[in-house]
Amino acid sequence: MALSTPEAVDTAPAKSDVIASHTRRWALGFVALAIVVWLFYTFALPNLGTGPQTFVREWMPLGSLNEALVWVICAVGLNIVVGYAGLLDLGFVAFWAIGGYTAGWFMSTFFNQISNGFYFLSAAPPNQPGIHLNFWLVLVIAGCICAGAGIIIGAPTLRLKSDYLALVTLGFGEIIPQVFLNGENVHGFNLTNGAKGIAPLDNISPLPFGPATVSIGNAQIAISKPLGPFDVTAKYVIFVLVAAFCVFVSLRIREGRLGRAWLAIREDELAASMMGVPLMRSKLAAYAVGAFMGGLGGVVYAVHNNSVFPDRFNFAISIILLAMVVLGGMGNVWGVIVGALGLAWFNSTGLPQFGDSFNQQFGTDINFPSYNYLLFGSILVLMMLFRREGLFPETRTRQVLQEAERSDAEELDGGEA
Amino acid sequence: MTATVDTASSLVADDITVRFGGLVAVKNVSFTIPQRSIVSLIGPNGAGKTTFFNVLTGLYRPSSGSVVLGEKDITGLSPHTIAALGLGRTFQNIRLFGLMTAAENVMVAMHSHTTSNIFQIVGKTRHQRREEKEGREFAQELLDFVGVGKHADEYARNLSYGDQRRLEVARALALRPKVLLLDEPTAGMNPQESAVFVDFVRRVRDERGLSILLIEHDMSVVMRVSERITVLDQGEKIAEGGPDDIRNNPRVVEAYLGRTGTEGSAR
Repeated sequence: MALSTPEAVDTAPAKSDVIASHTRRWALGFVALAIVVWLFYTFALPNLGTGPQTFVREWMPLGSLNEALVWVICAVGLNIVVGYAGLLDLGFVAFWAIGGYTAGWFMSTFFNQISNGFYFLSAAPPNQPGIHLNFWLVLVIAGCICAGAGIIIGAPTLRLKSDYLALVTLGFGEIIPQVFLNGENVHGFNLTNGAKGIAPLDNISPLPFGPATVSIGNAQIAISKPLGPFDVTAKYVIFVLVAAFCVFVSLRIREGRLGRAWLAIREDELAASMMGVPLMRSKLAAYAVGAFMGGLGGVVYAVHNNSVFPDRFNFAISIILLAMVVLGGMGNVWGVIVGALGLAWFNSTGLPQFGDSFNQQFGTDINFPSYNYLLFGSILVLMMLFRREGLFPETRTRQVLQEAERSDAEELDGGEA
Repeated sequence: MTATVDTASSLVADDITVRFGGLVAVKNVSFTIPQRSIVSLIGPNGAGKTTFFNVLTGLYRPSSGSVVLGEKDITGLSPHTIAALGLGRTFQNIRLFGLMTAAENVMVAMHSHTTSNIFQIVGKTRHQRREEKEGREFAQELLDFVGVGKHADEYARNLSYGDQRRLEVARALALRPKVLLLDEPTAGMNPQESAVFVDFVRRVRDERGLSILLIEHDMSVVMRVSERITVLDQGEKIAEGGPDDIRNNPRVVEAYLGRTGTEGSAR
């Protein structure tokens, strides 16, 4: 083996360990940051003066952080499809919408045909019409419905390759929200309430069971108190948990047999099939898992807004999600999280606030938020020019884009065989 | 060879015909790989070797004829099913998963022999952990066997050309194949390397107990390693036999020398 890699000997023992410890560090960082943020908003902020409070309310309201977490959940789901399996999906908003409407159907008074209401561990007030299920159950249901939808959408489309697949997913991303927009009269049945949407949603219970009281001695302590639209801090905790679940699933799958199959498909589809990887089934699995998370994101989004409206689910969402994945670093969950948090905050709070400050400072009247796509576009172009692999790329991807490959010239005189 | 009196065959292709539109690429070719043998498929460019190969691996469905692997009829099955049933292959131009480590490359090919489902993977159940551990150990064993064991954690694209060729063999072996198809494995090798390779092929056959089908242009390699040689020309089988028969067969000489007037063994 005269022509072995020169640096192989020094790096050989460590690589998998290095990656594992790297992951652990990020995971700890994620948890620590989530806790610090929670402590800050719960305990520190009320004791600070009005100055800092105003600043935080303007620049970093917890509501916008919650919304950013919704984006994180969906982006992590999209990352499975795009980053892991290498299937370009331009219609991810479809799953987001389906998840949102599932929340609308099962956690509101919308189905008033059921006049006495159907309750299951719900925190909603009794004797209302409609279906009222427990929030956590709805999460599971929405995830499963979306996974099923992913398989149904994927089965015909995944036979297509690259660009064609992207185009068809784009079509589905347009069709599904249109279905919700026009679904107020399906043969006389009001399925989606059309453009009026479904609002308000039930208050949710923070634990997987309905409101309950525990008596300790004479004291009655209410646990699992219903959370209304303004319990932002409690919702923050719930959203972080859902996001953490998605991250956990992503990382676990990545290490296993399925993750390797996806990576192999991303690298070389033909070779993968020749090595016994069933292409269709593996791709469908990627779609289903990604869609499951999209569904979770949809429910969480509906709860965050306390409503579902069809016009929220537009094409731009698919593109922004994709931008988050690309910006953060395709394939690396942590990079995608950073990308999602960053872009979501920038879009919902950062840019408008910056615009206000700028206008006040210079007495101008520029509508900054209306330039957001211009700025997104510029950021992406700059990224493609200077850092194509994203902010925090996967180690593997960094290799392709930064390091030289063993040259073709070397192949000619080859190593020994 | 000693053990080849064995009459059982690991692969039988019977009367294969492949048509592309009006063009007949392979015409009524029958072909047998005896158990634990090394056989070669040769022929001038355009003879239909690759088409035939693709029929065996399931990329093309033959217009007529059947392929039997072991006792199972694999005609028209999808490539991944055929691979799982025990047909491993390497590629003429190396097709490794460049951004996966050598060990991961090998473990991908164990996909069909592992059963953990998505819930077991996420839950890291005992079954899944055992499968992963066994997979890693088997991968290391195979990498050691082909001689790239110390590069197990290197990305495949960073390996040298020769090591990549060996890694491809290790990956194919992870399928626990009955038959291993090698598509022009000595392309890009000099004579000494080819000689080493001949020994390697024999060692794979002996220690892994499988049959090997070789597509090869380098006649010196073919003549040294093969127990039986099948010659295709213009989609038809024109000769079959041991190396000496083939060397002296006038139709083979004509196919290689007669028409173009140049030595056909250039790659």
